[in-house]
Amino acid sequence: MTPTTRTRWAILTLTGPAYLWLACTIFLPLLAMLALSFLDKSPLVPKPASFTLDNYGAYFSKGFYWPLTLWSIQLGFWVTFFCLLIGYPAAYALAKRIKGRWREAIFLLIVLPFWSNALVRIFSWTMVLRSNGIVDMSVQAMFPGAPSIDLLYSYPAVIIGLTHSYLPYMILTCYIALQAIDDSLMEAGRSLGATAFTTFRRVVLPLSLPGIISGAALIFVPVIGSFMEPRILGGTKGATLGMNIEEQFTVTANWPLGSALSFILLAIVLIIFGILYPFLRKQGGEA
Amino acid sequence: MSEVAVKGAVKRYGSIAALDGVDLTFADGEFFGLLGPSGSGKTTLLRSIAGFIELDAGEIRIDGTDISRIPVHQRNIGMVFQNYALFPHMSVAENVAFGLDVRNVPASEIRERVGESLDLVRLTGLEARRPKQLSGGQQQRVALARALVTRPKVLLLDEPLSALDKHLRQEMQVELRRIQRQIGITTIFVTHDQEEALTLSDRVAIFNKGQVVQAGAPRTVYQWPVNRFAAGFLGEANFLEGKVVGVLGHEARVAIPDGSEIVVTHQGIANGANVLVALRPEKISIEPGGSQAPRLNRVIGRVQAAIFSGSSLTYRVSVGDRLFVVFEQNKNRAPLVEQSAVTLEWETADNVVVQP
Repeated sequence: MTPTTRTRWAILTLTGPAYLWLACTIFLPLLAMLALSFLDKSPLVPKPASFTLDNYGAYFSKGFYWPLTLWSIQLGFWVTFFCLLIGYPAAYALAKRIKGRWREAIFLLIVLPFWSNALVRIFSWTMVLRSNGIVDMSVQAMFPGAPSIDLLYSYPAVIIGLTHSYLPYMILTCYIALQAIDDSLMEAGRSLGATAFTTFRRVVLPLSLPGIISGAALIFVPVIGSFMEPRILGGTKGATLGMNIEEQFTVTANWPLGSALSFILLAIVLIIFGILYPFLRKQGGEA
Repeated sequence: MSEVAVKGAVKRYGSIAALDGVDLTFADGEFFGLLGPSGSGKTTLLRSIAGFIELDAGEIRIDGTDISRIPVHQRNIGMVFQNYALFPHMSVAENVAFGLDVRNVPASEIRERVGESLDLVRLTGLEARRPKQLSGGQQQRVALARALVTRPKVLLLDEPLSALDKHLRQEMQVELRRIQRQIGITTIFVTHDQEEALTLSDRVAIFNKGQVVQAGAPRTVYQWPVNRFAAGFLGEANFLEGKVVGVLGHEARVAIPDGSEIVVTHQGIANGANVLVALRPEKISIEPGGSQAPRLNRVIGRVQAAIFSGSSLTYRVSVGDRLFVVFEQNKNRAPLVEQSAVTLEWETADNVVVQP
């Protein structure tokens, strides 16, 4: 065998299983879902189904899908924003200020929530946020007579819970990007007359932007499709498009509508990324 | 241009003194090399002058003004880092312009000065390139242009050439020297490459354990090392331990362990004193045959190893129970064979009495 054929074989045998797995577990079900979204009956119904666009039509004709979608997108932006606001400084401190064993210990604290079940994490938030919960009691202890605080089943509760769930993604992606920035670049900036802040703005921030972008994408996409956190922490108030999709599958058993809504959600994500892409590519390309 | 004076500089990390009372003055326009093994304090001193390290005690003055408490960005220094530290997300021109940009220099002036600076390092035409698209030597030039464009008072170089291959390094040495001469900037550079330090510097300082062992012109320091460390660090040296057996006028005779006697120029040493003499390998002449009559500054030995390295040969010669290292230019003579008897001879002036 010539070297090139050998290389090809190596690539094929190494990547083949992964592609096969992805094709079977992601691509085929997705295709089935796409087909399903154009049917007028659920496959559970023992009657022949026929082709229809009604499921997509329902999204645009029924008034209540639009506010749900808007809230989902808002939720995506808010959670991404708060993750960045809290996660980036933490990642910066970890990558640039804390050295040695402390770094490992703090890292452990960050990934620790990943080791517990997501449901457990979310339900424990209900303990914190409900009236007479931990937040309420602390506020009452500090300011006796203050009005009772009941955050549970509200928009802020959903944002708080989701931010908590997805914060580690932002910390990890930003940490990786920041850690790759050589300290001598910051020293060079300062030796050239830039203040620490200017050096951060002109050197560190642009170079860590790829980490911010990938963290934001990792968070934004699952958050706008989320249904578990909004259901438990938001109740009826926090209803999202994701919750509605889940109900189509589990409660009303209207799979075609659920599939159609899923693809609409996918389209929304793609459109948002399409709009942001030129900006992201410009910034990312500089980095 | 500027004079930099360091007085009583001390910096401790726990129980280790990185700088242990360093006094050095860098004259206006001087090219000064800081030389020493790793951990000797040379880099700590450079970084203290830059402002990245705060001294525990002592002061650093530029033109008489104490800058010890002035933050890095207000010191007006130019620094070239070992890995160049070019901003990867900026073009060559943007990299060079950075220092002017943060000083709010008008755009037209920035363009002009960036152009001049790139011209100085002979990189005109590469303004739009990214650092990644440049060779190591070109990156080095960009780093230099970037450090000089703000017209700093002093230029600091941290092992500037260590990342380049030998050929490029020699070329850049010449370039560095030319640029430094052209603008006449006080330049302090750190290196562990002794040859580089000797080639480039007007003066060098040898560091060991946080202290300056010796400072002076390269030739002086090489010819007249003050102690065993300085003699051994800068170039190679044979060390002869002996006892003064006679003093005559300006010269003293010293008996060395193999029974021969050598002559050192008088240093005010008393008869009977123990002395340490450093002798450079290239000063010794080596001749075949071991039957010559005994004479001062002459020993008989046996070749233990002959190492050929192109332009020169290194011999290891056993004399009594110790080894002499001898360098010989590769002239038209067959190399001396191992185990053959040889005579080593040198001049009185080559014997340098050093502190242990």
